[in-house]
Amino acid sequence: MSHHQLDARRLLCPMPVIKVQQKVKELVDGDILEVICTDPGVLHDIPAWCRVHGHMLMSSEREEKEIKLLLRVKK
Amino acid sequence: MNKPRKAVALISGGLDSMLATKTIIEQGVHVEGINFYTGFCVEGHTHAIRSKDQAKPKRNNALWVAEQLGIKLHIIDVVEEYKNVLLKPKHGYGAHLNPCLDCKIFMVKKAKQWMEENQFDFIITGEVIGQRPKSQRKVTMPIIAEQSGADDRLLRPMCAKNLPMTLPEREGWVNRELLHNFTGRSRKPQFELAQQYGIKDYAQPAGGCCFLTNEHYSAKLADLWRSRGKREYELDDIMLLKVGRHLRPQSHFKLIIGRDEGECNFLEGYRSQFVHLRPTSHQGPLMLIDGEPGAEDIHLAAQVLARYSAAEADQVTVEVNSIDGVSWPLQIKPMLAEQIPQEWYV
Repeated sequence: MSHHQLDARRLLCPMPVIKVQQKVKELVDGDILEVICTDPGVLHDIPAWCRVHGHMLMSSEREEKEIKLLLRVKK
Repeated sequence: MNKPRKAVALISGGLDSMLATKTIIEQGVHVEGINFYTGFCVEGHTHAIRSKDQAKPKRNNALWVAEQLGIKLHIIDVVEEYKNVLLKPKHGYGAHLNPCLDCKIFMVKKAKQWMEENQFDFIITGEVIGQRPKSQRKVTMPIIAEQSGADDRLLRPMCAKNLPMTLPEREGWVNRELLHNFTGRSRKPQFELAQQYGIKDYAQPAGGCCFLTNEHYSAKLADLWRSRGKREYELDDIMLLKVGRHLRPQSHFKLIIGRDEGECNFLEGYRSQFVHLRPTSHQGPLMLIDGEPGAEDIHLAAQVLARYSAAEADQVTVEVNSIDGVSWPLQIKPMLAEQIPQEWYV
């Protein structure tokens, strides 16, 4: 299990979701992916994407203009 | 025992593709969705920009549909490849710069590629004969199937009974009798089917799901190409066309003015790429200047910006910022609304 980061700042939905999707393809079961975004749309879209693909959203935090999401990959 | 069959569904986020997919899921076929991001999608991000839309739910309808149907959804970035579709449409444009038929052929072709790479058996779409004047006509259905290369692996569950049998029907992967025979622009059969499936909530995007079908957006894109003397674009170009007031006082420069806080925040992200102006003596929006403005042009731009900042004021201080980070103030008398020629508005 390893920890990975993805910078999706300034990208508007659905681009952050597409980037997460691409990144997750490279990861293995149990890996943790930390995603940093600025589009508030990700607060809905990334959790929804995790649900339809069976990944686990561990947390989502909003600090001023940045949003940090933490997800655990399930494969 | 029969091999379980797998279908990939083009999911737009609207009702038709949702119902088409549900129809096939009900027949025991494993379905996964695919959704293409061209850069012109109205979906999602546009609502995230404007302040007036902030209160609206920011859900991505394609993802939402997938979740309702319990299927996976793969969102594919086709921004680069889509340029060829928009710039050289073999079948031409619709009412505006919408290459709907070429677009559909392209998407089905991409879905076929995905189908082959992932060992799926056929493709489904929510197309209905007669629903769209350019791309969803009886005569275009075989063109899409043939030119995409999908041929008879392309199944349209919503109007399948009005079309020749496809491979999934012939092979018994799906039961043709349980497919539909919808035609025309009426939405009544779809609403009835939705009710039958217990689907109560679905997206009904006003004005369609693609900016290219929008008259004003297409006019801005045509203006961009005209001013550059060539038909080309990058993602940032087409994103900026979705945001702000666009005024072109002369062919070599254009003004982009945020209409609210959300748009100004969005434009902030482009400051390093454009000469940009903001009022400092009064509240007001951010303005980007697209092009290569001279000193007189910047003066004119500041007058226009002052009009959108403090139209009643005698003097407004506007800060000008060059791309290389140099800033200087301008004392400006706002232009009157009637002094801004209507033909400047793109």
